[in-house]
Amino acid sequence: MLDKTSTKGQTLHFSTGGMSSLELVRFAVGAIMAHPMRSALTSLGVVIGVAAVIMMTSIGVGAQQRVEQALSSLGTNMLVVRPGAPRSGGGGGFVRGAGGSGASLTVDDAEAMRTLDGVAAISPAINGGAQLVYEGANWSSRIEGVTPDYLVARDLEIASGQMFDEAAAESGRKVAVLGQTVVTELFGEGVDPVGQRIRVGPIPFQVIGVLAPKGQSGFQDQDDIVVIPLDAARSRVIGRGPGARGNSVNQVYVKAVDEDALFQLEQDVAELLRQRHRIQPGQDDDFNVQNLTSVQEAAQSSTQTFTILLAAVAGVSLIVGGVGIMNIMLVSVTERTREIGLRMAIGARRSDVLTQFALESVALSLLGGLIGLTIGVGGALLMSTLGDWPSVIPAWAAPLAIGFSSFVGVVFGAYPAWRAAQLDPIEALRRE
Amino acid sequence: MIEIDRLTKTYVMGDEVISALAGVSLRIDRGEHVAIVGPSGSGKSTLMNVLGGLDRPTSGLYRFESEPVEDFDDDQLAGFRNRRIGFVFQSFQLLPRLTAAQNVELPMIYAGVDPAVRRERAVELLTRVGLEHRLNNRPTQMSGGQQQRVAIARALANAPDLLLADEPTGALDTATGQEVLALFDELNAQGLTLCIVTHDQEVAARARRRIAFRDGHVVQDDRNAG
Repeated sequence: MLDKTSTKGQTLHFSTGGMSSLELVRFAVGAIMAHPMRSALTSLGVVIGVAAVIMMTSIGVGAQQRVEQALSSLGTNMLVVRPGAPRSGGGGGFVRGAGGSGASLTVDDAEAMRTLDGVAAISPAINGGAQLVYEGANWSSRIEGVTPDYLVARDLEIASGQMFDEAAAESGRKVAVLGQTVVTELFGEGVDPVGQRIRVGPIPFQVIGVLAPKGQSGFQDQDDIVVIPLDAARSRVIGRGPGARGNSVNQVYVKAVDEDALFQLEQDVAELLRQRHRIQPGQDDDFNVQNLTSVQEAAQSSTQTFTILLAAVAGVSLIVGGVGIMNIMLVSVTERTREIGLRMAIGARRSDVLTQFALESVALSLLGGLIGLTIGVGGALLMSTLGDWPSVIPAWAAPLAIGFSSFVGVVFGAYPAWRAAQLDPIEALRRE
Repeated sequence: MIEIDRLTKTYVMGDEVISALAGVSLRIDRGEHVAIVGPSGSGKSTLMNVLGGLDRPTSGLYRFESEPVEDFDDDQLAGFRNRRIGFVFQSFQLLPRLTAAQNVELPMIYAGVDPAVRRERAVELLTRVGLEHRLNNRPTQMSGGQQQRVAIARALANAPDLLLADEPTGALDTATGQEVLALFDELNAQGLTLCIVTHDQEVAARARRRIAFRDGHVVQDDRNAG
């Protein structure tokens, strides 16, 4: 500490470290407050940039989650084996019904798959549509004729009642497990239909269970379904489809024990079927195996790309915002040349001037970032409320907004601040 | 207090080399009241800039209280200007956004003086220059004479050893100019070393020592009894 006695005898304590950085922050805030309108307009670019980044990523992540949800509701670690050659071009996804040329997939094929390693559950299925009737109510729904393993294979659960067992399935009993949509349409909201009798097509069935809801898969309503034993479906309900012939089926659901086993199983199933169907090397398969996990992964990576693309486009506007700040800071340095000269004359170090102007641009940018954060979050919420578009505001939105806008402020404020600090005080004081 | 020896300052302008100071040697003692006079371009402003640590000499020595100012780096010069020197300019150079008191506080902020102390001292200094009723006025709300008195209060903020004034009455009418000069006389009487650059003979006449410049040289150095 260097003490000095003024002419009036008062003691001044000078701090050896010079001024406190808090004072520099006050200078910067003071300069911003001196021109509120200009400051607001300068920040606008960053406001728009940050708001856009947050809204775009919220939409992107929302879309990603929607796709993930839809795909996982179809079942995880699951293969779907269908008769018919795989379509060229692939990725055609799910098209209802047998794509097949005749009975190339049978219950025996399904039984044979059961012996493969890594199988958790197997359910052959035939399906079709039928009219359902309960008292006065009518509803047209999808019918799946399956084995009891179907529940495990497709990750379904029973909400009330029970699934039919092997014995019931083999004896061809006319029992049905209904999806939620069917229950609502036939019986009304919240009614437990277990024990009631309905007609599936012309045949009366007894309702023995209700499936837990699965929701939309994005392709169809997964709850609009009636699950009945395979044999009952074959003989009585879906009488005219290709599934009616012999013991052929429309598809076989294969669930692997875990994801690691899944890809090996995919190979093994194909190998097994080629052997059983006596397909020569070089000859086309008469079946196709679809791996739902690969579909999920492909969909996931494409939505992720979509999100990154949106964020990148929005990020460009942040850079434009930064250039706007740099522009105004350069104007400000020119305008305040005399102020800078004066500050240097009365003892500001070059580093003090540099810091003052750098803080000013960071403060402007940060202000824009915070306003942009508010608008971005508000906009994302508004869109999901009004537009029925799922938007998920990522947890990193706030740190990203603050970090990115400070970064923009530093990067684009550095040059103007450096210009200010390099001024020659004598020249600067002479400037009009 | 101040010793300069064969001080030179040359500027290169295009092909021309201009010698603003051509080997000036001077000694100024504590408590002196010096007027530096001369036509424009004579080097008097350059001398003031060098004495105040705003500019570096091309060659020669500058000792301030035995310290070699010519060897100071940028930060040392900033500290030197902040604590040793008080500047008064012809055009006042007050910051228009700040009040009188805030303008006076500014040098103390750069010196790291405690906020409460600096506020108190700003009030005291403004009272001393007769502006205790103008503490919270901005420069634009004050007359030229008042503005220059705020600038003098600011120059005194860190209790400098030397007050450098460049044409301090140049922008003022005669009456207010006289008031400002009377204030300088008073400060000098209290022991403050004063160095006033002027080409106004009346201003120079009030000083006890008059140094005349021409073409970068000292051509006259008079002491009158005052």
